[in-house]
Amino acid sequence: MADIRLDHVGKTYAGGFEAVRDLSLTVPDGCFCVLVGPSGCGKSTLLRMVAGLETITTGTVSLNAQVVNHLEPAQRDIAMVFQNYALYPHMRVYDNMAYGLRNRGVPEAEIASRVAHAAQILDLEDLLTRKPRALSGGQRQRVAMGRAIVRKPQVFLFDEPLSNLDAKLRVHMRVEIRKLQKALGVTSLYVTHDQTEAMTMADLLVVMNKGVIEQIGAPMEIYRTPMSVFVATFIGSPPMNILEATSLGDGVVSIEGHRLLIDQALSLPAGHKVKIGIRPEHLSVQADGFTIHVELVESLGAHQIIHATWGQQKLAMQVETDRVPAQSGQALVVGCAPQHLHVFDAQTGQRLLRDNAS
Amino acid sequence: MVEHRHWSMHVLPHLILGLGVLLVVFPVYLAFVGATLDPATIANGQMGVVPGNRFIENMSRVLLAGAGGSTREPVLHMLWNSFVMAMVIAIGKIVISILSAYAVVYFRFPLRKTAFWVIFMTLMLPVEVRIYPTYKIVADLGMLDTVAGLCIPLIASATGTLLFRQFFMTIPDELIEASQMDGAGPVRFFIDTVLPLSLTSIAALFVIQFIYGWNQYLWPLLITSKDSMQTIVIGIKKMIVTQDALTEWQLAMATAVLAMLPPVLVVVVMQKLFVRGLVETEK
Ligand SMILES: Nc1ncnc2c1ncn2[C@@H]1O[C@H](COP(=O)(O)OP(=O)(O)OP(=O)(O)O)[C@@H](O)[C@H]1O
Ligand SMILES: [Mg+2]
Repeated sequence: MADIRLDHVGKTYAGGFEAVRDLSLTVPDGCFCVLVGPSGCGKSTLLRMVAGLETITTGTVSLNAQVVNHLEPAQRDIAMVFQNYALYPHMRVYDNMAYGLRNRGVPEAEIASRVAHAAQILDLEDLLTRKPRALSGGQRQRVAMGRAIVRKPQVFLFDEPLSNLDAKLRVHMRVEIRKLQKALGVTSLYVTHDQTEAMTMADLLVVMNKGVIEQIGAPMEIYRTPMSVFVATFIGSPPMNILEATSLGDGVVSIEGHRLLIDQALSLPAGHKVKIGIRPEHLSVQADGFTIHVELVESLGAHQIIHATWGQQKLAMQVETDRVPAQSGQALVVGCAPQHLHVFDAQTGQRLLRDNAS
Repeated sequence: MVEHRHWSMHVLPHLILGLGVLLVVFPVYLAFVGATLDPATIANGQMGVVPGNRFIENMSRVLLAGAGGSTREPVLHMLWNSFVMAMVIAIGKIVISILSAYAVVYFRFPLRKTAFWVIFMTLMLPVEVRIYPTYKIVADLGMLDTVAGLCIPLIASATGTLLFRQFFMTIPDELIEASQMDGAGPVRFFIDTVLPLSLTSIAALFVIQFIYGWNQYLWPLLITSKDSMQTIVIGIKKMIVTQDALTEWQLAMATAVLAMLPPVLVVVVMQKLFVRGLVETEK
């Protein structure tokens, strides 16, 4: 087992494009770390640098306190699960799993027992003699997992391994992967652009944007205190409402002419432009709130999402079904508890903190 | 729409197909008939479409004793020479082109693009175009009347390299990366993954190149002078003596029929793989 350490890692592609910039991250031993971010933010690039499939332009990657920049992928004792699985099409499932072990000179008897064990864990026992083309997407995914675990590597890398599966299977497999990783205790780096996957699977969540880390933390910590507008809107579903507001001083802001109480410790000067974040699930109907106009109601079964406008600004609200008999065109008076308001600087998009409030 | 086609729509395609088959098959059939006749019938120009009764005799004579004309070599030996040439050309081309395509597609070396374009340009220079310089080189190297001299200049060509390059580019990058993670170097990746995946392309190229090699005429004509090096295509030509009635047509026809058999056999045996190699895109 190992910890992964990235020190000021950067990647500039041949064309001069800077895909990852001065990125530092430590993933402790046995931790399941999820990298999440929009398409093109450099997640795969980062993962491939750890794997050794991409050269590292600046900085160092260490496994177990040993710098591995110059090591070949095979020497790093890492296994990777690819988005399209990358199974060898001409080999049987058994040989797909055995191949890496054979190349390492593991005795055939040992290989047989390891593959049998993996096949049992992943429920692949009946498929061992099939070729990949005779498998369903979910089965291929499990074979790819099997190929990774028979190696007993120090680190697992996953690059969006579930994105080719249908929604139901995805939910099932994400639980399976998490269980498996817990059982094996292997340090893992998992890339996804799906925030639900990120929230549910991560021990440590890393939100990336444009080649840099926006925020690192436990999923709930990031959910509760997003440090920027980007993170606030990226993590959580439906996404957080961001409203333009102006400070009136003394912990009061004005949105659309309505006075809203925020954390007084922020001591914002009057006239300061801010953005107020409110999660849809923290809005509720109450007597002394502000008035919104319902545009559309989406029912998800247990919950419904009410899309509404507040003056010029758009707003979404998530409530339990039947709590609010909302219809489009209707006006509702809603509010939110002050501790659930997130305050960001309008210019920088950064969260305003108590300590260094200027 | 499809189910309710007029009867003529069924007949017409078959008519056209039948006509095409007839056009191709009839001359072949005539050659076969010629190979069964006795010399007198053929010399008198009384050849019909009914086979004679000298088939076995004609065949055994050309195969073992050789026919007339300006060659005395038994056809069995010519068949062997042609077979060797076609095999060496086909296998040599496959080996060279799969290796060069592998280098061009998977390795980043200086002048990689240039190397590819140089190979590509040789498409414009088949043996017929460069025949004098090539002959000179082969002669200077003392390779006249040798298998090497016969085959090596025909092995060099770009078609195979292009075919394999196109095929390799359809192999997903992740497969290489997975191999790398699995500890396979370039040689292992080639043997364990690229070769098995290329099997159908190899079969297709083999069929095409075997027939190409078998049908060679101009180059063997220049490069071989000894009877013992003679290929069957040249042999047939030499059996046909100009103008005179000296030509033993029944023997020439028997030889022609024999010359057709190996390519037909190769196509029939490899047909399934061959077609898959040309159309398959499944990965
Ligand atoms: N070989 C390359 N040469 C040049 N630029 C590249 C190369 N590979 C990736 N990039 C660029 O680097 C950036 C990051 O790519 P990367 O594949 O890491 O994104 P990603 O976060 O994994 O996105 P996705 O979620 O779509 O997979 C992209 O803008 C991409 O265009
Ligand atoms: Mg990616």
